[in-house]
Amino acid sequence: MSALQDEAREQSSSMRALSGQRMRSRRFDFVRAIAKTYPGKIGGVVIVLIITLAIFAPIIAPFDPYAIDPVNRLQPPSSQNFFGTDETGRDVFSRVIYGSRISLQVGLIAVSISMTLGVLFGLTAGFYGGVVDSLIMRFIDILLAFPGFLLALAIIAMLGPSLTNAMIAVGIGSAPGFARLIRSVVLSIRNTDYVMAARVIGASNFHIMRNQVLRNVLAPMIVLGTLEFPLAILIAANLSFLGLGAQPPTPEWGAMVVSARTFIRTEPWLINFPGIAIFITVLGFNLFGNAVRDALDPRLRKA
Amino acid sequence: MARYIVRRLLLLIPIWIGILALTFLMRVLVPGDPVEIMFFGQQRDPEVVAMIQRDLGLDRPLYEQFFIYVWGVMQGDLGTSITTQNAVWDEIKARFPYTFVLTLTSLGIAIVIGLVAGILSAVYKDSIIDAVAMIFALAGLSMPAFWLGLLLIYIFAVQLGWFPVLGEMSARGMVLPSVTLGVIASAVLARIVRSSMLEVLNEDYVRSARAKGLIERTVIVRHALKNALIPILTIIGLQFGGLLSGAFVIEVVFAWHGIGELAVIALQRRDFPLIQGVILVVATTYVLVNLIVDVLYAVVDPRITYS
Repeated sequence: MSALQDEAREQSSSMRALSGQRMRSRRFDFVRAIAKTYPGKIGGVVIVLIITLAIFAPIIAPFDPYAIDPVNRLQPPSSQNFFGTDETGRDVFSRVIYGSRISLQVGLIAVSISMTLGVLFGLTAGFYGGVVDSLIMRFIDILLAFPGFLLALAIIAMLGPSLTNAMIAVGIGSAPGFARLIRSVVLSIRNTDYVMAARVIGASNFHIMRNQVLRNVLAPMIVLGTLEFPLAILIAANLSFLGLGAQPPTPEWGAMVVSARTFIRTEPWLINFPGIAIFITVLGFNLFGNAVRDALDPRLRKA
Repeated sequence: MARYIVRRLLLLIPIWIGILALTFLMRVLVPGDPVEIMFFGQQRDPEVVAMIQRDLGLDRPLYEQFFIYVWGVMQGDLGTSITTQNAVWDEIKARFPYTFVLTLTSLGIAIVIGLVAGILSAVYKDSIIDAVAMIFALAGLSMPAFWLGLLLIYIFAVQLGWFPVLGEMSARGMVLPSVTLGVIASAVLARIVRSSMLEVLNEDYVRSARAKGLIERTVIVRHALKNALIPILTIIGLQFGGLLSGAFVIEVVFAWHGIGELAVIALQRRDFPLIQGVILVVATTYVLVNLIVDVLYAVVDPRITYS
């Protein structure tokens, strides 16, 4: 018995080495497939640009994003203040640059939260089936009865308005979608031959989940994650606009638009620079997300 | 058909109880004791505290509180607003029609733009029309609604003066908010219409329709679109939820006095009964709209029989 197990394990490890090689070359195919398309190219460039802005913000930004200068308030764009100054004399250009940090952070944390929750619930529901599955899925059905933004609002109502809570709220708000997707993938592979084979050689549930199931879940999860990323940024910006996310004086784009709103008649650029920043960032990630989806999972192309 | 609708309504009951449970839990899970909040920083008489707790039913076990809550909701009692002291139901009732009309108008705009853009880009696939329509769709998907709203205010209200800037509760005042919401919702719709039309346009029956000499418009509208409607309907149902959420932001942008604005004000003032009420009403509306969509499936596609 143990000899058989050893043999099986050896075989599976050599197979894994082989498939590892194949995976590596496939991974490059995947990158090439994304870079080949225009959406992939443009989206990739935008994302790299924004990440660069976020990392080197202290070097790129000419002023401190929090520095008030009451003498030079509400100045139009000039060679000194590229995007002008806001109602307290802060440099809008510097604030927009620093805003990229917050938006990336929001996307990253929110999507991580929904992925973690989605894997936890989706994997458990799909893998164990039966009562556990029914219970989890009924709960998710109820969550899905709330439009995502409403769920986020409800969570903010409980936790109180802040940027951190907005990220948590957005993360939980889009978790049901992840759980559903992961459950459906798990269901489709639960009864495949290789999962059976793993069971036969005596692999534990945990081992099977990690090595057989999770690997198959990875591709659709990455696709959904890249598509959710810009959405998370957008929802969080909306929350901040409503005063339920980032609080002043944080240089968050949504919060900047809301405080600039009062000056729309006289200083319209104040709403436009942070607005354009959100638009370009979300557009870049959307373009990239579409390219990733097409490259990684053509079946999802319709969704 | 009638039996199907009744069955779907029955299936709705557990979901609705779930929604009630979640909105109820919202209040329970809020950190801080409501009585504590009322007496914040003041001397409190233990007897008075006990009386208020009894009045609010806080001295009862949780499941009893839940039943009292559900019983109240059934009778249209959603509690009393902390800030205005009015019944929550009255506050919502006064504003709900505005949100509903705004959402429906936006949905109409979204459907018109979405269908036209989606059909055109599917029919003229890979042409310049297709490219423009899809760039428009992607832009709509990436546009923050509040920024688009403010841009429209700046151009059409501040500069051109065609529409009121803010807070005119009239048809003229509804143009800009509904266009903002509609344009953004049409982006998702256009993409779905395009992809489901593309799928259908290659079908045999479309070729047959062309072969028997029908004019192209009939082929597309009567034969192709009709068959592509199921996924489109699904998205319209889901988009309704998106529009209801979008209304929260857009109502604030345009000072449109609907329940979205009400909820945001309540959130800022931490007026819990009011927030709870709005969330319950919006979720219920959303679920009902999706029920209507489910019923429409059968109307649109006679092959779907619900047994």
